[in-house]
Amino acid sequence: MSTFLDRRVFLEQGLRLSLATAAAGALPLAQAQSEERSADKMGEMRSDALASQHKAGQAFSNYGMPSVYEKRVIRLIGSNRMVSGNGVSWTPLESLEGIVTPTGLHFERHHNGVPDVDPARFELLMHGMVARPLRFDLAGLLRYPLQSRLIFIECGGNSNAGWHEEPMQKPVGSFHGLVSCSEWTGVPLNYLLDEAGIDSKATWAIAEGLDAAATEVSIPVSKLREDALLALYQNGERLRAENGYPLRLVLPGWEGVRQVKWLHRLEFTDQPVMSRNETGEYTQLLPSGKAEQFDFVMGPKSLITSPSHGQTLGLPGVYEIRGLAWSGHGSVAKVEVSADGGQSWSTAHIDGPVMSKCFARFRAAWKWNGKPAVLQSRAKDDHGNIQPTRARLLAERGRNGYFHYNAIVSWAVDSDGTVRHVYA
Amino acid sequence: MSTLKIARIVQLPPLLLASLLFSFSSLTTPLAHADSTASTPSPMGKPLDTGSITRLAPNIYPNGQGLPDGMGLAKNGSVLYQAHCANCHGSKGEGATAQGLIGGDGPLSAHDADKTILTYWPYATTLIDTIARSMPPAAPGHLSADELYSLCAYLLAENGLWARDQPMGPKELAAIVMPNRNGFIRKFP
Ligand code: HEC
Repeated sequence: MSTFLDRRVFLEQGLRLSLATAAAGALPLAQAQSEERSADKMGEMRSDALASQHKAGQAFSNYGMPSVYEKRVIRLIGSNRMVSGNGVSWTPLESLEGIVTPTGLHFERHHNGVPDVDPARFELLMHGMVARPLRFDLAGLLRYPLQSRLIFIECGGNSNAGWHEEPMQKPVGSFHGLVSCSEWTGVPLNYLLDEAGIDSKATWAIAEGLDAAATEVSIPVSKLREDALLALYQNGERLRAENGYPLRLVLPGWEGVRQVKWLHRLEFTDQPVMSRNETGEYTQLLPSGKAEQFDFVMGPKSLITSPSHGQTLGLPGVYEIRGLAWSGHGSVAKVEVSADGGQSWSTAHIDGPVMSKCFARFRAAWKWNGKPAVLQSRAKDDHGNIQPTRARLLAERGRNGYFHYNAIVSWAVDSDGTVRHVYA
Repeated sequence: MSTLKIARIVQLPPLLLASLLFSFSSLTTPLAHADSTASTPSPMGKPLDTGSITRLAPNIYPNGQGLPDGMGLAKNGSVLYQAHCANCHGSKGEGATAQGLIGGDGPLSAHDADKTILTYWPYATTLIDTIARSMPPAAPGHLSADELYSLCAYLLAENGLWARDQPMGPKELAAIVMPNRNGFIRKFP
């Protein structure tokens, strides 16, 4: 069986650098190691590689785009055949590093397309059980103290292929990629709640978007008071249209469907509205036939992004296991990795700083001996919640839960170096 | 003295102003004085005439609050359904490129539970709310109140939850008790 190296020992041996080159990113891992090159060929490649030093480069650009060589790093789209704006696009987690999702690769879930909202005509309305019904334009909102936070957003339906009988044979982002992490900057909603004077009997706010589904959901006022942000900026720039321009509700740690994009209205009431997205959808059916409703927090979860399904290892040797962990309850306290399908575990290193309700990037050195192995990771958060095995999740929640799937993910490495998704 | 300073700041663009007021808290220059007001930002909300909300799609609650005035019949709903809905939801509501709206096999404890309006949805008000705000996708928000009640009367009658020839209005719709009305465990509050 494959063995783990203690990360510190490993670093002391000074192997960190060679590891990084060996397991280069999203490229087929084999490519880096197995290609044999003659001395001639190397010479040719070298002069090609220097060609850019002998001609003028491209001019400046007003807005930078990814390298032309990275064109394949895109969101995969899954949309309704008759309603092209209904569906999702997935963040290609297998191709990304660090904890910030590039803005253009942040996952999407729309019910009827991306609306075109004119900022000059935009207003946020607050009404219902309030002392003072109010409206706010963007210039007004920008006058409030702003707050920036790195926050992950995960769709409640992310990873729901995990309920399938057979393991999905797709790259990790294509079935776990309805989760992304950004720096969101906006107005703490608290300021506006005070200004409107929320009736003490108003326990719910109904948030509505300006999209063509007029998406509406119920949100406890207590969450709005706790840490809700009216986000105006994402990763330093104003929101992208598909992420809610000009205003999005951010509810740290909660399922994505509550974090209403194109937010334009909050009605304060003493009852939930019982919209489709909190009754027929985004509720979790249990084996008993009863369903859990208003289960807002996304549980602890982790995934190995490299090596992961569809990638190929080269020669046996040392590889870096890389992945993401997060929890809607708070901070990731610990990530463990296993190369033997969960029989033994070793603590992974987490790149700092570790922030609450934010992605954490973990790494662990792994010496692959060329034999079959099953790679897994499991996350634990600072509230004592532990990511469950798939068997435990199914035992507790049956086969029809559909939402909030957070079980341990397993990648089987074959002796030829191929990596595929398995249930283990 | 400080009034003068603040008055001058106010003429700056809002963004710059916000950053001046709230991010210099560690400085001990005269601006620190402005920081003492930072915990209570200037109110920016303008009075909202709540009458103007009625022209917007209202939120429709399970107790019937927000339901529009109107009346509809299943037989009119059937015609509307074939014209505007059948394409995606199937001519008998059995589902096509979008969910089925009629039928569904119980029980919900089955291995492959069938979650439909009939078997799963707890409230009939959710049906009219969903259709009113989002259907049909090419022209949402255009169905009249009478058309909405007709479509609901039709869909609920086909699901065996409404008498086909009985007119449906706000009172009738709000009074319908869906089969799975008590099927939910609320995790909040
Ligand atoms: C062009 C295709 C299309 C047409 C036409 C259409 N719908 Fe839909 N409908 C959809 C899609 C797609 C969804 C799923 C929406 C989502 O996921 O947010 C949906 C969802 C629904 C739902 C929620 C179903 C559920 O189980 O969650 C109802 C109810 C509904 N439609 C009613 C209607 C009615 C009534 C009409 C006619 C007035 C209509 N639809 C016309 C595509 C269509």
